[in-house]
Amino acid sequence: MPTPPLIAFAHVGKSFDGGRGAARVRAVNDVSLEVAEGEFLAIVGGSGSGKTTLLRLANRLIDADEGRLTVEGEDVRALDPIQLRRRIGYVFQSGGLFPHFSVAGNIGITPKLVGTPPNEISARVDELLDLVRLDRALYRDRFPHELSGGQRQRVGVARALAAKPRIVLMDEPFGALDPLTRDALGDDYRELHRQLGLTTVMITHDMTEALLLADRIAVMRAGRLLAQGTPAQLSHSGDPYVGDLLRTPRRQAERLGALLPRDGAA
Amino acid sequence: MSFFSDPRWGEALAHLPDYLGNHVRVSVTALALGLAVSLPLAIAARNRPIPRGALLGLASIVQTVPGLALLALFYPLLLALAALSLSWFGIGFSAFGFLPAVLALALYSMLPVLRNTITGLQGVDAAILEAAQGVGMTPRQSLFQVELPLALPVMMAGIRTAAVWVIGTATLSTPIGQTSLGNYIFAGLQTQNWVFVLFGCLAAAVLALAVDQLLSLIEAGVRGRSRLRVALGGVGIAMLVVATLVPSMARLPSGIIVGAKTFAEQYVLSALIAQRLRAAGFSASSREGLGSNVVFEALAADDIDVYVDYSGTLWANQFHRTDSKPREELLAELKTTLAQQGITLLGELGFENAYALVMTRRRAEALGIRSIADLAAHAPGMSMAADYEFFSRPEWAGLQKAYGLTFRAQRQMQPDFMYAAAASGEVDVIAGYTSDGLIAKHDLVVLDDTRRAIPPYDSIVLLAPKRADDHALKAALAPLLGRIDIASMREANLRAAGGDGESSPDAVARWLWERIGAR
Repeated sequence: MPTPPLIAFAHVGKSFDGGRGAARVRAVNDVSLEVAEGEFLAIVGGSGSGKTTLLRLANRLIDADEGRLTVEGEDVRALDPIQLRRRIGYVFQSGGLFPHFSVAGNIGITPKLVGTPPNEISARVDELLDLVRLDRALYRDRFPHELSGGQRQRVGVARALAAKPRIVLMDEPFGALDPLTRDALGDDYRELHRQLGLTTVMITHDMTEALLLADRIAVMRAGRLLAQGTPAQLSHSGDPYVGDLLRTPRRQAERLGALLPRDGAA
Repeated sequence: MSFFSDPRWGEALAHLPDYLGNHVRVSVTALALGLAVSLPLAIAARNRPIPRGALLGLASIVQTVPGLALLALFYPLLLALAALSLSWFGIGFSAFGFLPAVLALALYSMLPVLRNTITGLQGVDAAILEAAQGVGMTPRQSLFQVELPLALPVMMAGIRTAAVWVIGTATLSTPIGQTSLGNYIFAGLQTQNWVFVLFGCLAAAVLALAVDQLLSLIEAGVRGRSRLRVALGGVGIAMLVVATLVPSMARLPSGIIVGAKTFAEQYVLSALIAQRLRAAGFSASSREGLGSNVVFEALAADDIDVYVDYSGTLWANQFHRTDSKPREELLAELKTTLAQQGITLLGELGFENAYALVMTRRRAEALGIRSIADLAAHAPGMSMAADYEFFSRPEWAGLQKAYGLTFRAQRQMQPDFMYAAAASGEVDVIAGYTSDGLIAKHDLVVLDDTRRAIPPYDSIVLLAPKRADDHALKAALAPLLGRIDIASMREANLRAAGGDGESSPDAVARWLWERIGAR
């Protein structure tokens, strides 16, 4: 890679207390991984694989015990975690919207925290509503409980983008949505990623989603990074678990190809 | 005379601005103090299990202490603190009335506020807390912009509970010298003035309900994010507080403060003293319903100016004497002892209100009992009743020692019900008061204390240290000294217990003055 990586994990490890008397759990174990500028990386793994922990380490929602983690070339331990989080967009599972803030209040929160003047925030909110394809007049003053799941996640994406971050972290952002909404939102985000020149790290347990959206995929299991690379590189991995993960989408694609006529009429 | 044309309603209404204003003042201050302490404590302890448990445990224990006891405990505590502060820093403060009431009520308000604040904050969704962190909030921003707003409806419910508790419990601050709506209730219970009791209960209930409804409006506004409702509730509370406080501000107690303990005779005598002082050109107000030890300490601390006590009570309770002396000697010694504290024993009113063993005339004659010594032989088969303090007083120990008295059963009762209980045969003997009009009314007899086990109980007028050289005050009270004979006082007490329009302490005091002044 010609440019230095925007995010780099070097032999990073993180353990948690197993609770009363139990042994410590190594949630992330000696992981080294680089994310290049402009790249869309998906981290795939099952529950307990350590993928969410890895993502949280990147904006210091939790701190690593071992190894070194750099963001935009700087060691995160040297950075103020609050400032770091304000310059990294974060999309939470099922939105994580503040129920007592309106849509505009949710989207504008990070600019407000950094002291952006209200009229600029207001203009930025309108711009972001356009970007995530929500009607300004209709949605600006609504509250989260008045929105559908897909609309909430669009607001979540807009909120992550509000402070114009270079990096966006996404924690299973589309997991709780119905397939049609999920597909549309995935495509829309992929387009935003390209258009805004973002660097995105997305967590998912769904290999199909990872294959369709990401440039590169990293596979985690039991705290370890098993493999990483483009879909083509992964398919040559000798790891049996990676092979298992790839088999499902492949078989689904073959069966769907056979079941659905070419003209798409269902 | 119908129930509502009773003149006592009008009299009760005349007291309302003073009682209600003071009640609101003490409640609002206590609640504000309670919130100012509880909210930061709850916020600080919310994520620390050990302090949180300790705090909630402590607040729960406070809640189990009966309100009256909690209030009463604060008085001696503050008195000791005031003495310490005076000797260490040269700054004294009044441990009487407002301060102990506010502190006790504030403590009382803490549990619901602490519990609901902690519950509310812990109830905030962990995903929302993570989002607050994730968008770059500092812990402080997360607390004020996310956690507290989301916990607010639950917190408001706690504040409502606290407000209602404080308003209700504030009625119990009367005995420690804080005027409140409880003045109606305490005075009413003692003088059998049910109009007052009812009026006091209704006023406190209406106040509590009004505050509860206004706070519930704010709570609903917070829940439904309706600024209009929050504003309406807030304005309503502010108006209520201002409307009740302003009239009472205008009549802050000034001039001579006359104290009274919690029984009818004391209400009558304090009304009589206040009337005499006003007639002599003083401005005077009464502070009624004070606990027996509170009233003496308040006088010694210059918080009240004058009240009537009884020689034997001071002898036994205040100076812990177990011996008994002839009246003149006892009075002389008491006068010297009181003077050492700067208190002036102005003189005797002329009657005694002593404890005495009392039984029905019929039974006494049938058994041939005339004195306590005669009673001793029959006592093991009899039951006895007395007020709440008698059995723990030195007089009772003295009686037992002098006559070897033991009863089959001992009961404690509200003094007003004691005489009727004796008359109906429910109990055989009671420890009555010699000046009580009910003795004659129920045809009871006082048994002779031939061995003088009970000390004399001359009614005496006491002046606070700061009034020691107030000659005008002494002159104004002089016409009362030695003028109130036992027969007049008994009849006055009987009138005060009459339960009609002529039975208010003021009316009875006027009657008493006419009777003794006419001679």
